[in-house]
Amino acid sequence: MSGRPYGRREFLASSALVAGTALAGCGAQGSAGGDETLKIGILEDRSGNFALVGTPKHKASMLAVEEINEEGGIDGRKIETFAPDPQSDNQRYQELTRRAIQQENVDALWAGYSSATREAIRPIVDREDQLYFYTTQYEGGVCDSNVFAVGPTARQQLGMVLPYLVDEFGPRIYTIAADYNFGQLSADWVKVLAKENGAEVIGEEFIPLSNSQFGSTINRIQEADPDFVMSMLVGANHTSFYEQKASAGLQVPIGTSTAMAQGYEHLRLDPPAMANIYAGVNYMEEIPTERNTEDGGFVDRYYEKYPDAPYLNEEAETNYFSIYMYKRAVEQAGTTDQEEVKAALESGITYPAPEAPSDTEIALDPETHHVHHHMWAMRADEEHNVEAVDDRVIEEQFLSNTVGCDLTAEDEETQYTPQDYFEEAG
Amino acid sequence: MPNGLNLLFQFLDSFAFIVLAAAGLAIIFGIMGVINLAHGEFIMVGAYATTLANLEAGLPLPLAMLVGVLVTAMFGLVVERVVISGTVPNAIGRRVLGRDVVEPLYDRLADSMVATWGLSLVMVQGVRLTLGNSLDQIGTPLGKIAYGGFSYSSYRVLLAGVALGLLAATYLAFTRTDYGMRARATVQDDDTARALGVDTERTYMTTFALGSALAGFTGALYAPTITMVPGLGGSFLVEAFVAVVVGGPGVVLGTTLAGGLLGAINALFSNLVGTFFGRIALLVTAIVMLRFLPDGITGFLDRLRQRRQEGA
Repeated sequence: MSGRPYGRREFLASSALVAGTALAGCGAQGSAGGDETLKIGILEDRSGNFALVGTPKHKASMLAVEEINEEGGIDGRKIETFAPDPQSDNQRYQELTRRAIQQENVDALWAGYSSATREAIRPIVDREDQLYFYTTQYEGGVCDSNVFAVGPTARQQLGMVLPYLVDEFGPRIYTIAADYNFGQLSADWVKVLAKENGAEVIGEEFIPLSNSQFGSTINRIQEADPDFVMSMLVGANHTSFYEQKASAGLQVPIGTSTAMAQGYEHLRLDPPAMANIYAGVNYMEEIPTERNTEDGGFVDRYYEKYPDAPYLNEEAETNYFSIYMYKRAVEQAGTTDQEEVKAALESGITYPAPEAPSDTEIALDPETHHVHHHMWAMRADEEHNVEAVDDRVIEEQFLSNTVGCDLTAEDEETQYTPQDYFEEAG
Repeated sequence: MPNGLNLLFQFLDSFAFIVLAAAGLAIIFGIMGVINLAHGEFIMVGAYATTLANLEAGLPLPLAMLVGVLVTAMFGLVVERVVISGTVPNAIGRRVLGRDVVEPLYDRLADSMVATWGLSLVMVQGVRLTLGNSLDQIGTPLGKIAYGGFSYSSYRVLLAGVALGLLAATYLAFTRTDYGMRARATVQDDDTARALGVDTERTYMTTFALGSALAGFTGALYAPTITMVPGLGGSFLVEAFVAVVVGGPGVVLGTTLAGGLLGAINALFSNLVGTFFGRIALLVTAIVMLRFLPDGITGFLDRLRQRRQEGA
């Protein structure tokens, strides 16, 4: 069998198309806001790479808006939304962000799953001084007067789970992380936290996002024989690691900031792939707080509105409570004027979020625009039942204590990284 | 010693993945001159059909895999009739407009790429809309092989044997069957083949269905090991395309040699340096091969043979 007269070059050229560009679609057209309404922009992915994790963010945002409108809105003004699908495409995010600010005149903006998206639209947000909520868990360090990064940071998430695992299993840590900004910085935080907790990182490997085969990685972990593994793997390709390590018989405990809480791997994978995996999170559907699990609680209300939704994830809760924090700030400011709302948000806003136990509220830190989260260590067992093994409030520490970011005193638009401040993160 | 075994298993794993990823793509490209950019999505169809047949319909895994293969082959047949050969739109066109509306995509490299790329976008988004952002996943069967502090998934090692079996079966299909003879005649000169009574259109159709069935088989085999999302086909594409580039025009021999060479390189670098360098080594090999053996391994072997014949 031979004989096609084509060069392999032409064939290879087709590989370039494999990387592909995305098709542009069309977004929903919103109407201009009048005096009796206010308008918020909600740009969350419902298609493309991040659809799995972005869809719950969109849904929970809509739930918050619906609840607030049913209760009479914010200071009597109903909320309108501008919520097209950015399709996991950063260029589209930039277009839609411009449109939300310049044409739709949104009073506040929620947008984006990945850090790459946030960094793609942050210059636009800053140029327009747009009030912007970034709700994903992320590497931390954004000190920006227009940005409220209300998701938990790597230091908060890893700081919840890593000390627990050191106590339970011992001090020798092996890190596997996605090979890009978030994974690299998270691995740096593992080193910093290891030192603070008297542990050491005995090996680390960074995995390209396109990789879905983990045979050699699993063997390398077995060779190092750590007390536990810290996994900051990201995306659908990397999720294959958990099934593959289980079928290879790798039984080491694994701590993670990325698995389960976002993409509900414990429900999608066949047990025992996720057995003995410990997630450090601010929220999972299984968090045992009254506000979350009671009749008519957060979980009930979500599934009442979306009976077919597969899971209520970490970021969904962050979208949900931050819309309520915005409501409190607008009511306190008595206006939707963005500078005044920002000032109100910097006055020590709190909210009884589903992640916090009864009688407690989580607080938005005025200086750093981050949230002092109530954090949980959640463990999956052999049958993939998830239970809480530890919980406490963990404050944002990096920007406030280490960097000294104070947005109430000084306008900044910077992202700081741990390398600049910790020797072991170098 | 344990690390020698690690290397061996990693090689078998990598070899199986590359061969299985590339087989369907190589056949459709080699026989029909169609670059199927939706190849990954055909693998996805096989994986999804297998998973649904196993978890929803309750079929045992081997039977579910057979369903995966058949569904993908049927789907391939429909795609061939509607998109690649244009038979269906032309039949409609003749009835409504009294003329053909499209030309077949055989031997039109660039055009077939654009058409199948569009098809892949439609498939990924279509699956997302109808079946959601993910499916529950089947667990990997067969347990593990343990040796001196290390272990490897038995199933993944078994896949190397399956890959070899598949190559052997494909070889027999092309050398020992009537279909194989017609397919080879069509590749060499389809006008002459047609003049001698070969129904080339039918050959193309069968070939596309066969290539689709192989993609579906790959999806079925890997369904218990990878994450079930609509875009899962993407994780097979790099290996598939690099293998076809390196292998060259000979479908079976090319895929075998490419799988062996690339599997060895990938396993060696992944084992000694890290996963990241394993992937880099794969791509560097493709670049080097294109520079020095632009027709791939089998193209090079063909040239050697020709030179020897001329010399004799």
